[in-house]
Amino acid sequence: MKPFARFSPGDATSYVQVAPLAVIFALFLVVPIATIIVVSFWDYDEFRILPDFIWDNYLYLLTSKVTLATYVNTVKYAALVWALTFSIGFTVAYFLAFHVRTQTWQIVLFVLCTIPFWTSNIIRMISWIPFLGRNGLLNSTLVHLGVVDEPLEFLLFSDFAVVLAFVHLYTLFMVVPIFNSMMRIDRSLIEAAVDAGASGWQVIRNVILPLTKPGIGIGSIFVVTLVMGDFITVRLMSGGQSSSVGIAMSNEIALLQYPAAAANAVVLLIVVLLMVAAMLRVVDVRKEL
Amino acid sequence: MKRKTGATSRRSFLKNSAAIAAGAALGSGAIPGFPAIWAQNIKNVTLRQFGTGVSNLNAIAEKCKEDLGITLQMTALDSDSVAQRAVTQPNSFDIADIEYWVCKKVFPAGNMQPMDTKKIKYYDKIVPIFTSGKLTPQSTIAQGTAPHTVGFAKGKNSVEFAAEETGWMTLIPTIYNADTLGIRPDLIEKPVKNWRDLLDPSFKGKASILNISSIGIMDAAMVCESMGEIKYADKGNMTTAEIDKTMAIMTVAKKAGQFRAFWKSFDESVNLMAAGEVVIQSMWSPAVAAVRAKGIPCVYQPLEEGYRAWGGGIGLAKHLSGLELDAAYEYINWYLSGWVGAYLNRQGYYSACIETAKQHMSADEWAFWMEGKPAKTDILSPEGKVMEKAGTVRDGGSFYDRMGAVACWNAVMDENKYLVRKWNEFIAA
Repeated sequence: MKPFARFSPGDATSYVQVAPLAVIFALFLVVPIATIIVVSFWDYDEFRILPDFIWDNYLYLLTSKVTLATYVNTVKYAALVWALTFSIGFTVAYFLAFHVRTQTWQIVLFVLCTIPFWTSNIIRMISWIPFLGRNGLLNSTLVHLGVVDEPLEFLLFSDFAVVLAFVHLYTLFMVVPIFNSMMRIDRSLIEAAVDAGASGWQVIRNVILPLTKPGIGIGSIFVVTLVMGDFITVRLMSGGQSSSVGIAMSNEIALLQYPAAAANAVVLLIVVLLMVAAMLRVVDVRKEL
Repeated sequence: MKRKTGATSRRSFLKNSAAIAAGAALGSGAIPGFPAIWAQNIKNVTLRQFGTGVSNLNAIAEKCKEDLGITLQMTALDSDSVAQRAVTQPNSFDIADIEYWVCKKVFPAGNMQPMDTKKIKYYDKIVPIFTSGKLTPQSTIAQGTAPHTVGFAKGKNSVEFAAEETGWMTLIPTIYNADTLGIRPDLIEKPVKNWRDLLDPSFKGKASILNISSIGIMDAAMVCESMGEIKYADKGNMTTAEIDKTMAIMTVAKKAGQFRAFWKSFDESVNLMAAGEVVIQSMWSPAVAAVRAKGIPCVYQPLEEGYRAWGGGIGLAKHLSGLELDAAYEYINWYLSGWVGAYLNRQGYYSACIETAKQHMSADEWAFWMEGKPAKTDILSPEGKVMEKAGTVRDGGSFYDRMGAVACWNAVMDENKYLVRKWNEFIAA
């Protein structure tokens, strides 16, 4: 928003330069979202959507117990997944940035982190199912070794399975921006801190953590928005027994209740935007850029 | 690259067939008194048929081309999209292959035309479930959307359903079957006899139900009625109070951990059963066959309270006339003449004219599929794979044992919107 202020109104070149992006955003972002907002006020019956202006879709959405339950559930997943991906992502990035000495090895290990991403994320997710199942690899091993007498039921089709799959899918989205921020930290700052008598923990707490905040912020935005909008991971890993906002929407679409789904999408968009805004209040991402 | 070529050729194919259709319409409708030389022209007709995957079989289209020369363009969609398309895009199809409960919603919209039963050669041979509603004169009519209640229109141009046979049929039945619970006999010790066994505490964490509200609620209702908790006036058209009570019982069971998972697609139900995650669940007949094909024992268990049945049929689009309409009748007569019926019976479904199908099945096949007798030789699928070993008996027995024990038909309720919301609450609970 601010950079625009620099352009003088007569400067046609700037408008031409900004036009392609503006057109793309208008066509592929503004128009679809405007359509969704318009449709969210329409009425519908069994098979048709009827142009109208009614508040019923929102009224039902905002007063229903299900909405609250699904949002609580979705936010719970988002919080758990964020906490885990952050701890793992920070640790991995810290190791890569400060413990691996040569750049070659840094690159090799970094590429290693991305290997799981060479397969589709649905396959990465589904492959957990036979592994965690009642008669799956993990349970048979545990029973065989005598660690447990009965197969552990909570491993699959549970919140545990959902969070596990999310962490597996999205940790890299944390590692990359945090690693990037860490690589930009001036090493002399750390030296100075150590010279001033800081312990290893204090260096992390007071020097590295504040300086990697932009990376953490970007990673968090990725992870939180992905988890908030997800429907397939929750459906597959919970065995259809848990709900998320995305599942509610996909159910409505399947039943041709497009206006209800649109209203749901608008509310989710607002909630996620508020969450992102809150994160941006804490972290100035632009420092990174 | 390959895919692109395919797309182009299909598009040009569509274009061509559209041109043929337009030409046919011109040749027949626009010029009155044009002599009826259609019999040979029928070979050039393309009929666009859409419906759910179960009966939209390529083998049928191929055989139809071979026998009649008519080209069938099949489009497979899910039931919800089928219903939507039939109502909102009346010119996008010639033949609609829909379920009877969908017909109840779709036919009154006026995009389809009833069929003159005088032009249907095998009308008298259609199983009476679809005409009088009674399989045998002694049968009682099941709850839900029984096919004969939406099988006839009041007249040629009527969009209202008639209570009795009028000579104007809305749908010609294609496939129907009786559904029940599937079980893993090797992992279950006690006998399963009733729908209420789905919520039996000994199957805690090992049960599943399908997560499609309109069908799931029926299975849930069969369970609640079997428990003696609820007595429904009509399971196929519940009151809001009945929906509330049913969902309350299911929610208690869900919170107590009775269910391992809910399934939405065919393959999910197969995997849950085959992996032993679930030992008792709602299931569809081909899914049971798929589990058995992996060498894992699975039984489509007949239950005392009876089956939940479903059925589909083909209907004609309103815009069909002249040559195309004749071709459509020709196709329907061919459909009922036996080859298709035998094909469907061999998949474990039932066909509309079982008599004509019999002529296309071997004596052993007929005895196994339709009479519930032990197979004398290995039973093969239509593709020639061994489905059942010699000596096996079909679960549930004969056609009359199974279709005679239908407790309710798949249905669409007046309170459908309410049901969907309650169902979502159940899943979120």
